[in-house]
Amino acid sequence: MNPYPLDPYWMVALKALLVVVGLLTAFAFMTLIERRLLARFQIRLGPNRVGPLGLFQPIADAIKSIFKEDLVVERADKVLFVLAPLIGVVFALLAFGAIPFGPPGSFFGYQPWVLNLDLGLLYLFAVSEMAIYGIFLAGWASGSKYSLLGSLRSSASLISYELGLGMALLSPVLLVGSLNLNDLVNWQKEHGWLILYAFPAFLLYAIAALAEAARTPFDLPEAEQELVGGYHTEYSSIKWALFQMTEYIHFITASALIPTLFLGGWTMPFLEVPYLWMFLKIAFFLFLFIWIRATWFRLRYDQLLRFGWGFLFPVALVWFLVTALVVALDLPRSYLLYLSLAAFLALLGAMMYSPKPARKGGGA
Amino acid sequence: MTLKALAQSLGITLKYLFSKPVTIPYPDAPVALKPRFHGRHVLTRHPNGLEKCIGCSLCAAACPAYAIYVEPAENDPENPVSAGERYAKVYEINMLRCIFCGLCEEACPTGAIVLGYDFEMADYEYSDLIYGKEDMLVDVVGTKPQRREAKITGKPVKPGYVVPYVRPELEGFKAPTKGGKK
Repeated sequence: MNPYPLDPYWMVALKALLVVVGLLTAFAFMTLIERRLLARFQIRLGPNRVGPLGLFQPIADAIKSIFKEDLVVERADKVLFVLAPLIGVVFALLAFGAIPFGPPGSFFGYQPWVLNLDLGLLYLFAVSEMAIYGIFLAGWASGSKYSLLGSLRSSASLISYELGLGMALLSPVLLVGSLNLNDLVNWQKEHGWLILYAFPAFLLYAIAALAEAARTPFDLPEAEQELVGGYHTEYSSIKWALFQMTEYIHFITASALIPTLFLGGWTMPFLEVPYLWMFLKIAFFLFLFIWIRATWFRLRYDQLLRFGWGFLFPVALVWFLVTALVVALDLPRSYLLYLSLAAFLALLGAMMYSPKPARKGGGA
Repeated sequence: MTLKALAQSLGITLKYLFSKPVTIPYPDAPVALKPRFHGRHVLTRHPNGLEKCIGCSLCAAACPAYAIYVEPAENDPENPVSAGERYAKVYEINMLRCIFCGLCEEACPTGAIVLGYDFEMADYEYSDLIYGKEDMLVDVVGTKPQRREAKITGKPVKPGYVVPYVRPELEGFKAPTKGGKK
């Protein structure tokens, strides 16, 4: 007995189209929103010349990137060079469909998701990890050592954070006992949001998601101020735009996945309106990530890897083991609530505790 | 670097998010200039309407860029143009050469030439950047391209600046003022 009714195929196709079009539109306008917000964070105005409030800026950008000269480098592997950005963007688009936006039947009588897989979470990760192929092939096919180095940097950091990311996700999955995203949301509707049960996992996941989307503290793949371009040095025109698109879609997917996994998805303890809360939660995380980009610095490459392997991964592992212990011994789940609270208090304490930075060596 | 500092920094940027941008959207909004801005030159007049310039060419001598050309002529005693014996029949400044240093203003014995505020002088022809008396006397509003455009569109010249007050040396010069004292 499947609690989630299936849609006819034409409806699935229609919804898939809707998701693709929606994501591409969202990408276009997220570039504008991000630029405007960053500008306001820096007390500037941001792009406001094209159309009212600069609303046509994405269209102008699209026209520009399509009509720019599309170079294929002489020494590039022609097929892979063209294929790499497509791989990236296709797999980025595939991931979003599994995220539920409302209760069953709330999309004009159909289901508010494209895919409902029992291994939804696993599918999501399998698919979004394919983006690394796009990045790596792009660097390799460019026939340039700098692109290759850039792609190695990107893939190394993405793979490092993938471990922490997956490990952080294991604890909610263990608690709910399902990889189905709908089950995860429904469990949270019954028992309360997973952030209460797995606060450390939420925090680690949010950090790792920043790294996965190559956002600011971890945006080394294309550290704008330091590098020419990283893995897409040799790319221009629409192919370059496709890489940007991939990155933004990962960013949007991450912002949609965090609420789904930890903040109750489309549910809300009060005032249940389908879609509204989901969109608000997505918007909140998008804003948060832009805010972080406007504020924080970029980690150095060794710091990035050390943070991933030396902090993120072990802490996620410990929290996973704690959750596993609670589940295995069938202890009351409220233990996890207390432990989460303790972790939250520890974080607050760490924020209050600010020692004078120790000066090492004779640095000025 | 501590967590506290990271959290505080988020607070700082959030505060800036809600503060007014410092950007001046220039062609849409005027630039606020200082009263002593060095812009297009103004040839001032005495209160009785006579030109202050006596055609002495001291400005041309002082000009480090050799941008000024003065051709003096004797005043008609019945109908004088300037307050002195002679007046400037031709007074030209090549705005492409001028470096807006203000030495002409310092050299002028009668305070006839004063640097004003107009700066939007970009034009298409070299010859249009040589400003004559008819482009610089106090009653003239705007620069050559601005006045040309005003003539075509029929709208008044719209200067791209505001000043807190017009400095007294620019006797009789009208400039859009806003804020500031006096």
